[in-house]
Amino acid sequence: MGRFFLVKVIRELSGMILTRAPKLCNFVEWRGYKVVYKRYASLYFCMCIDQDDNELEVLEIIHHYVEILDRYFGSVCELDLIFNFHKAYYILDEILIAGELQESSKKTVARLIAAQDSLVEAAKEQASSISNMIAQATK
Amino acid sequence: MTGPSLMDSLFQRSIDDLIKALRLTPPGTEAAFVAKAIEEIRREIRSTDPHTKASALQKLTYLHSLHGLDMSWAAFHSVELSSAAAHSHKRTAYLSAALSFNPATTDVILLLTHQLRKDLSSPNVHDVSLALSTLSSICNSDLARDLTPELFTLLSSSKVTVRKKAIATVLRVFEQYPDAVRVCFKRVVENLENSDMGILSAVVGLFCELTENEPRSYLPLAPEFYKILVDCKNNWVLIKVLKIFAKLAPLEPRLGKRVVEPICEIMKTMGAKSLVFECVRTILTSLSEYDSAVKLAVNKVREFLSEDDPNLKYLGLQALAIVAQKDILAVVENKDLVVKALSDSDVNIRFEALRLVMCMVSEDNVMEICRILISHALKSDPEFCNEILGFILLTCGRNYYEVVFDFDWYVLFLGEMARVPHCQKGDEIATQLIDIGMRVKDARSQLVNVTRELVIDPALLGNPFMHAVLSAAAWVSGEYIKLSRNPFEIIEALLQPRTSLLSPSVRAIYIHSAFKVLMFCVYSYLKLNGEESSLPSTLTDSELVSDVELDDHNMIVTNGQAPSASSITHHLTQESLLALVNLVEINLGPLAGSNEVEVLERSTNVLGLIKLIKPMLLGSLNDCEGDQTKGELKASETVKMIFDSCSEDLGPVSVNAQEKVPIPDGLVLKENLDDLEEICGDIKLPVLTSFSLVRPQFAETSNSAECQGKDESELSTGSTSLLAEHRKRHGLYYLSPGNTVTTSNDYPPAHDPKDMAIDEDEDLAKLTEKSLLTGKKPSQSKPRPVVVRFDDGEVTNAATNRTEIKAGLISGAVNEVLLGDEATTSSSSRRKPPKSRRAAEDSNVSITEYKSDASKIDQSEHSKAGLGGSKHNGHGKERRRRSSGKDKEHDRKDKHKSDSAAYGKHRSRHRADKAVEAQAPVIPDFLL
Repeated sequence: MGRFFLVKVIRELSGMILTRAPKLCNFVEWRGYKVVYKRYASLYFCMCIDQDDNELEVLEIIHHYVEILDRYFGSVCELDLIFNFHKAYYILDEILIAGELQESSKKTVARLIAAQDSLVEAAKEQASSISNMIAQATK
Repeated sequence: MTGPSLMDSLFQRSIDDLIKALRLTPPGTEAAFVAKAIEEIRREIRSTDPHTKASALQKLTYLHSLHGLDMSWAAFHSVELSSAAAHSHKRTAYLSAALSFNPATTDVILLLTHQLRKDLSSPNVHDVSLALSTLSSICNSDLARDLTPELFTLLSSSKVTVRKKAIATVLRVFEQYPDAVRVCFKRVVENLENSDMGILSAVVGLFCELTENEPRSYLPLAPEFYKILVDCKNNWVLIKVLKIFAKLAPLEPRLGKRVVEPICEIMKTMGAKSLVFECVRTILTSLSEYDSAVKLAVNKVREFLSEDDPNLKYLGLQALAIVAQKDILAVVENKDLVVKALSDSDVNIRFEALRLVMCMVSEDNVMEICRILISHALKSDPEFCNEILGFILLTCGRNYYEVVFDFDWYVLFLGEMARVPHCQKGDEIATQLIDIGMRVKDARSQLVNVTRELVIDPALLGNPFMHAVLSAAAWVSGEYIKLSRNPFEIIEALLQPRTSLLSPSVRAIYIHSAFKVLMFCVYSYLKLNGEESSLPSTLTDSELVSDVELDDHNMIVTNGQAPSASSITHHLTQESLLALVNLVEINLGPLAGSNEVEVLERSTNVLGLIKLIKPMLLGSLNDCEGDQTKGELKASETVKMIFDSCSEDLGPVSVNAQEKVPIPDGLVLKENLDDLEEICGDIKLPVLTSFSLVRPQFAETSNSAECQGKDESELSTGSTSLLAEHRKRHGLYYLSPGNTVTTSNDYPPAHDPKDMAIDEDEDLAKLTEKSLLTGKKPSQSKPRPVVVRFDDGEVTNAATNRTEIKAGLISGAVNEVLLGDEATTSSSSRRKPPKSRRAAEDSNVSITEYKSDASKIDQSEHSKAGLGGSKHNGHGKERRRRSSGKDKEHDRKDKHKSDSAAYGKHRSRHRADKAVEAQAPVIPDFLL
């Protein structure tokens, strides 16, 4: 069911949003919700919100997210997000939690993500060392 | 399947490899590739090496989130990996859990409880925030219950990052497990005074979500919110606070008075559009009684509308739509901009504009607006064009054409709409054409003109979307043929060869209308002849003729036109009539062998009639005598009878007309109908509408005697109506009805029950009032009893009930915490529905809380002695504490202190104090 749903949602929304010409408004109504989308070059960012949520605020959140991505990847592009989809999620987790914006400072987010990355790097080095592999294999 | 080998771990495909390979896969073979990749992942994920496992899980997560692959089977592996020591593995595991777990159905979720607890109390900030993020996405009631203590600790964590995440996560926990409110709420509230923007933003966001469901419980916190509204300079926070006030202000009028000033101030001074828009929306939805504020807001909306930014335009229109419900004038002021938006390039903006335009419609401007709209419809794309037409029809037809005063105009306009190239609203137009024909007598002559244009135009027959309109037009032409100037022209139009393009059901209506027209011509001819030579005996003829003439007279005089009936008769000669009959015969002859039963039926009817009258016409042409005269006499009588039955007005009939018919003694309606019930089980109202078979009386002659007569006639047909209905529904099982039945009982399909149902709640008073006002007389109607309906809301009720209960649980708990209720201690009432919980409270809480007013005042006087002087004695404590700001501030703090102290030793001492609080779930005086 999950799969069906996800694919269906993406198909429905892309049908609605991709057909819209540039320079139109960034909101579409969808199944009683509003979808706020924004296009950056070839990337579309969509957020589905309730009827009485503030559309402009959500646009700002999207922009905020993109700016942080941009800073992190260095002019972000589609490939960055595809190959680092998990990182995109981690960054999003730092910005939104339970659907609410939790961190409006780009610097703080960047700092947190960098700290997490250094943790990961340390672990990776350890894991990829030859001795570790041999230890694994002979276990 | 073998376990993972060394080779697998050594040469495992990394996520990058997988993505690259997937991108290189030729189109069409992705499915096979993905299947193979899943095969690999299934093997790798069982590895004991956390690195291999993590890598596999990450690949799977990728395939799940970007290709929508099912990964519920790997839920356990996520749980397993979450206990890995390395942060990177943990991260992968939690991400996959957050993305793929379903709180309701994933059963291994409970196995994650322990790990989450461990991570929530970990000294590593990143582990904690990972756990919090995950909890916020997959929280279910069990997790919420088990992890509440950990969250409670985190709420006062010294690390800002952790604390704000904890606050945000609490929302999900509250939703899932309302009892957590009792534990955590106080700490959450304390954070409202935190100076850190991140934390403040999180708390305000939390309350914004909470107030959504049950705003009343949060009224006591209004002073805190007010302070934030005034002091805070952060737009994110302000937007949320505004949302909170939008919910609170309608509950407490004094609050509105207080916040309207600062909100206007923000609106005036702030540049951020999102914030300004939120102010506008807050004012328009919740503070609409403050005229100056509304004016300011509408001005802002006007600014939005005149800007180039499509987003602002769209939102501006939406804001106007909010105003429209309360103050339509504000919308009318901005009509120019709204109309301009109708031709915007963005369809969403056009929609909003259209909705607004239709809100503006009133009796005075309906013509102008419709004119504007139709010109827009003509130049816009088909979809939007139909949207416009649909809106026009809906608005003009609303409440029995409430806004339409000039029906001649409206009927013309309907014709115009039908001819709009992309029009697909034929059904609705057809319904209204017939409906107006029946209801608005004075519009009929114009209606006949309009439908004549439609029926005559051969080009329209080729457009399938027009067929519904054409069938209505044909029916109107036939029904009101006596208002037509040239019946010959109509009958020619009805029989034109291109009618073969029509669907059989529509064609049947065409033929039947032709039948009526022919009938009318023949009758008029006979009448003419009868007057000249008094041929067809005297019987009831004279009476009948005068009747018809009177009727015609009425119609024509009101329209100020030359009497058309006599103009017809001018060229109504025997020759022309005979030519007409021949024309009909030639055209319909072939149809007597049609495959379509309706077409066959109708044309046979007409041909039968022709057979009857043709000898008569021929006879009189050949200067007949003797036998022939006798036959003619007979024929003319028949013609008269048929015409008679066709000439009465069809009017709208109430759906529950049958209820007015008294059941005669000794009649057992249900007897022998048990069998029918099985078949008709799904029929509800249509049974009643079958009374439209009986022609209702004219409006102008609806005296009591007539009513009596009608009732009687209804009575006689009453017993057959069920059968007739059944015949209609299951016509297949009946012989096709005979000639006499169709002529007397038949009415065109356009008259289907749907139309009839419209007038079920027709209001006589309204209609008469309207007719008095305008001189337009809607056709007859009588007051009808209220229709008893089945309550459709049942299902939704059940659904909302459930959410209400949940919201009720939260707010109940909030009330308890905020108001210092000590029922918290009653652990027995944990998972009870709110009602029983209430009961438990009642019994647990000291009685003082719910005592009479007198004791309230008494108590408050005791407890508040020494605080600000009391001004109003009669109104309980909230007014009582009105005093200088500092004092209030002090007072409030006191309250806080006492609340928290209540948790400690001095419980009993503070009890009375808190009981007083409980009586005022309104705002503490700080604000007032």
